[in-house]
This record gives sequence, C-alpha cells and structure tokens, in this order.
Amino acid sequence: MAKTVMDLRRGPKYVLPGSAACPGCGAQIALKWVLKILEGRAIFVIPACCTSVIQGPYPKSAFKFPVYNMAFAAAASTASGMARALRAMGEEDIHVVAWAGDGGTYDIGLQALSGAAERNEDMIYICYDNEAYMNTGIQRSGATPPKAWTKTTPTGKAEMKKNMALIVAAHGVPYVATASIGYPADFLKKLKKAKQMRGFRYIQIFAPCPTGWNFPVDKTVEIAKLAVDTYVWPLFEVEHGKLKITVKPRRRPLKDYVSLQKRFRHLTDADIEELERTFLSRWEALERLEAQGTIFL
Amino acid sequence: MIQRQAERGKWDIITGNHAVAHAARLARVKVVPAYPITPQTTIVEYIADFIERGEMDAEYIRVESEHSAMAAAIGAAAVGARTFTATASQGLLLMHEVLHWAVGSRLPIGMAVVNRAVGPPWSIHVDHQDAISQRDTGWMIQFVSSNQEALDTVLMMYKVAERPDVLLPFMVCLDGFVLSHTFQPVHIPDQADVDAFLPEYRPPHWVMDPDRPITYGNLVMPEREYMEMRWSIHEAMLRAKEAIREVAGEFKRAFGRYHGDLLWEYETEDADILVVATGTLASEAEEAVDLLRSGGKGVGLVKVRSYRPFPGEEIVRLAEGRKAIVVLDRSLSFGQAGPLATDIRAALFTAGVSTPVVGFVTGLGGRDITYEDIAEIVKIAEERVKEGRLRPVEWYKLRR
Repeated sequence: MAKTVMDLRRGPKYVLPGSAACPGCGAQIALKWVLKILEGRAIFVIPACCTSVIQGPYPKSAFKFPVYNMAFAAAASTASGMARALRAMGEEDIHVVAWAGDGGTYDIGLQALSGAAERNEDMIYICYDNEAYMNTGIQRSGATPPKAWTKTTPTGKAEMKKNMALIVAAHGVPYVATASIGYPADFLKKLKKAKQMRGFRYIQIFAPCPTGWNFPVDKTVEIAKLAVDTYVWPLFEVEHGKLKITVKPRRRPLKDYVSLQKRFRHLTDADIEELERTFLSRWEALERLEAQGTIFL
Repeated sequence: MIQRQAERGKWDIITGNHAVAHAARLARVKVVPAYPITPQTTIVEYIADFIERGEMDAEYIRVESEHSAMAAAIGAAAVGARTFTATASQGLLLMHEVLHWAVGSRLPIGMAVVNRAVGPPWSIHVDHQDAISQRDTGWMIQFVSSNQEALDTVLMMYKVAERPDVLLPFMVCLDGFVLSHTFQPVHIPDQADVDAFLPEYRPPHWVMDPDRPITYGNLVMPEREYMEMRWSIHEAMLRAKEAIREVAGEFKRAFGRYHGDLLWEYETEDADILVVATGTLASEAEEAVDLLRSGGKGVGLVKVRSYRPFPGEEIVRLAEGRKAIVVLDRSLSFGQAGPLATDIRAALFTAGVSTPVVGFVTGLGGRDITYEDIAEIVKIAEERVKEGRLRPVEWYKLRR
C-alpha cells in the first residue's frame, strides 16, 4: 500500500497511457490515484462527464478496470443497484465507485445521489469538481464559483457555488471529505479511510481544468494547491457527523489564485475583494462547525 | 384456455398485482428496486412483504424515483443479477431515458407495467399510452388479459429475455384496476416446478468484474459499430418472436397452461371479420364475438399479446381474404392514428394484402368499453367498409 505519492508510481497501472484527456487534466490525475488506492478492485459507474471521453473511443479503452458508462442523472442509482446485487451474490471485496463530474453531482444527478446517501448505499461516490460543464464546452453549473466566466455566463456567474459536501454530509452518511490533487498526502489519507469503511462515502475532489479555466497546462497542481491556500477549496472531512478541517494553510491573497486563470480576468480589484470576503466567511463558518463537535447525526 | 394444471402448487383468489408479485418471487429475482405509483403500488408492497417475511431472498431498494428504479435495475443486471421492478404511467415515462439504456446494454430486466393514463389531467385509470409510448425503446412489450396470464407471462418472459440469442428486457403490461385490483382465481405454481422451468440466470455476456475488466458503453465513432449494434438489437427482437413461441410451448408442457404466443386467436377460422385488440379489451372482445356469432355474424378475435416484437407477418396471414380487420387502440399517436392500427396497416401494405382496416381509438382514460360496445364497433366497421369510407381514426364513445 502506497505511503507517499512517489510510491504510487510503482505497481500496476490502471489508467493507461493514450487516454483522450486534455493536457494537464486534473480529473485524470485524481482518477489514477483513486485506482491505485483501490488496487483495481472496483467497479466504476461513470455518467456523462469528461471521463466519458477520457477513457477513449470504442473498441479501445485507456482504463484497465471495469467501467459501466451511464446516463447523466443516474450515477448513484446505478451504483446502488450494483452494490446491492453484489451483496445479494455474496461478493464482499469489490468496491462500487460512482465517478461523476460536478454537473452529474451538484445538478442533474443530485436527486439520485441524495436517495443513495439517505439509504446509506455501500459505495464510494467521487465527484471530481472542475466547476462547470466542461465536456459540453464550458457552461456554468451549480459548482461554478461566483463571477467566473463560462460560455453561459459570459459576464461572470451571478450566483454562489453550492456547498455540496455539506449537503451530502447533512444526510448523515458515514464519511464525507473534500480533497485536492494539490495536497496529495491529505487526499490519499482520505481515500484510504473511505476504503476501510462501508456504507455511503462521498469524496469531492478539486480538479483544475486548463481548457475551461484557461490556464497553462503545467499549472494544474499549482492551481489546485493555491485553491486550498486561498480558502477557495477548504480541505475537511465529516466522519460520522463530526467535521474536521484537515489542512489549515496560512491564507494567501485570492489574487494569487484568480490571476492565473483567464476565467477570472474580467474581475476588478473590488470584485476580488468581494470574493475574498465570501471565501473567508465560508472558511469561518467551517471553523464554527468544527468547534461545534458533532454537527450531523 | 387452461387445459391442465400442474399437480403441485396451489390455487388462490388474488389480484393481478398479487399474481405479478408471486411471479417475481417464483422467478427468484435477486434485486428489486421499487418506487410506488398507482395502480402499481401493491406489487412492490407484496414483494416487500415476501422479503420481510423471509419468503423471498432478494435485495429491495427503496429508490427515490422511477428513473433511479430503472437505473438501479440496470446496475444490478450489469453485475449479473436477475432483476425486477414495476411501474405505471408517469413512472414509466420518467424511466424512458434509461429504458433505452437497458436495451443498449442488452440486459434482460423484467418489469410489470400496470397500464394507466398519462397526465394532464390526472387520471389513474386504464389506458395504454404509457406502454405504447415506449414502443421504440427496444423493450419486449407484452399485454395480458387475466391475472393468471400476468403471472405466467412474467415467468415465460424471463426465459425468453435471458436466452443468449435474445438478451432484451421485457415489460408485461396489465390493465390498471381492471386486472391490477381485481380478484380472480389464480394457480400459483410450486417453486420447484418454476426452478425446473426457469433455471438460475447466468449472464452469457460481459458483467462488471474487476478480474475481467471491460469498458462498457464508451464513445463509438460513426464508422465503427454503432449502427451494427442497433441492427443486432433489431435482429434479437426478430429472434425473440421464435423464442416467445418456443417458450410458450415449454410452459404449456411444464404447467399445462397456454395463453397463446405472440397472438391468441378465438373463433378465427371461419370469420369474415377479425377484431384485433390487446389487454382486457381483448377479453371483452371475446364476449363480443360470442354475442355477434349468436346473431349469425362471422366474427373472430386476434389478441395481440406481443406488441414488440410485433407479429406483423402472423397478422397478415390471418387477415388475408377477410372482409375487414377491426382494430381497437387504447392509445393514440396524435395527428396520426391508433398505433396498433398503423402497425397492422403497414404490415398488410408491405405484404400486398388489401384487407380493409378500420381502426378505432377508444377507452382512453379508463372509459368503460363493454362487449356490447365492441359489438357496436364491429357494426360501425362493417358500414364503413360497405361505404368504402376508411379513415385513419374512428373514435368510439367520444362525446362532443
């Protein structure tokens, strides 16, 4: 079992070279690590999302693990059926993973996700969040941050980003975590923890998208790290109702993060200040929740 | 119809929904995703009872919508489990997207559809628009006319659906309230007899398995096999016609009951006029045939049990040389005609058979159609043929 990211380079590969991912794809980095930690002993349900394309076209596949491609709204419901069927057939050691983008999680897939969470279905639901409908060519989703440019918000998104991880946590599921490819040790620890548990586990991983956010392809991991350091993407977990902030970075100015991405290039200094206040108040709310002890039963 | 009963099993007086629940239990389905909707609800209630009383060994998933019910059924079937669900009306419409998905994946899922009108306005009564609107999904669509036939057809259709040369999902359609909530004597077969007839499901194709990883359903480019995959579904559907015939024969040998195969015929041999209908309209039509024959009219009935695959050639053979075909549709393709009438006209035209088809749309939203109504419909049809005035749609019992 891998202890560090470097260890992950060894051993069998499950995401093979030759995938159709864009250069610098954050989602693919996350996917590689998930498979390494699960050691390939997983069945994946993938609804419509970038990964529908990343796996490559028929009759080939860049994925050396079982994948069932599914309609957009049905990741968690399909995975529910798989998990129950495996139980009915006495299969104990196979993980069922729903691997969905933010559109398939925050928006069209939310109902099925909520149902599966409420029933505490035995699956790991992983949302890789690239903050818009990227596979259809950059349209805003419930995960798009305020003021960000997308093709359907050409002057910037007017609304907030849903607090999805807390929405899932409010179902009272065994485990919820946010993660980042910019903080691999934290991510791996959370994956391993989720792997050891049963029931509904939800991990929401920040997946920078050079194509949609318009930044240089070698900046993916740096941007992921900056998102955590500027409080845009707080790293926390909710285990059996108790929230813990797992990484408490020294806060950096939001400008360091937004200035690297052209989706924010129309922002004025006042806009950035306003956003910074928003992210800071979300962070402070998390701290209050952490101090409160058990917040969701 | 019932020629001989299996010696074992037991008789009970039960509703159509109860009969369907027994069928799911006897088929030893492993996963049942369930969502309530009138008039289907008691099916999934009976199944919950069976499971919680320990009479049925299955995972029961209380999903939050019909879309999720079908998606969960697909997930369960994709790892190799025999799967059953039930729905009606709006629920079936909500499933529509994933109905296609089940077919594309060639998963032999079983479902009972308790036919009910589609809103708005709300109506919970019998109407076939729900099932007929799924016509082009690639599901095998079977209509039944009695509670016994509902139970038996679910068992038969698992056997058809799971054949390696078929591998398609099926829906068994029973009329809302008329069958679903009406008590009839039903013979409930013995488990051992059903096990002998319907062995455990072993998927003959891929399943999701980490030891044999495959990627199912990724992008297919236009010059790769997308079109061939669609063709193979069509071919499987055509092979299902023979499978339905064979399995109906096997069922008859095992249980002594025969409800017809793709079609069921009544008094057709010397008939000048054939009434073609589905579901309980066909049961009424059977009475109408007796009534008309007692008045000296040569009328027979062709009940369409299998709407998909469609027994077009079989109907053509029966239609040849008759004076008229009278088709009863309990649904409508707006701006066109009754779907069953349209299919029959297409089959006749393709075969160069010019028997006149008089297509009636009637009984929508549960409007009661009795055998006397059907006798009246036959008289109207005769007049239309005599006058040479054939129209795409004849409305019967329309008030305006």
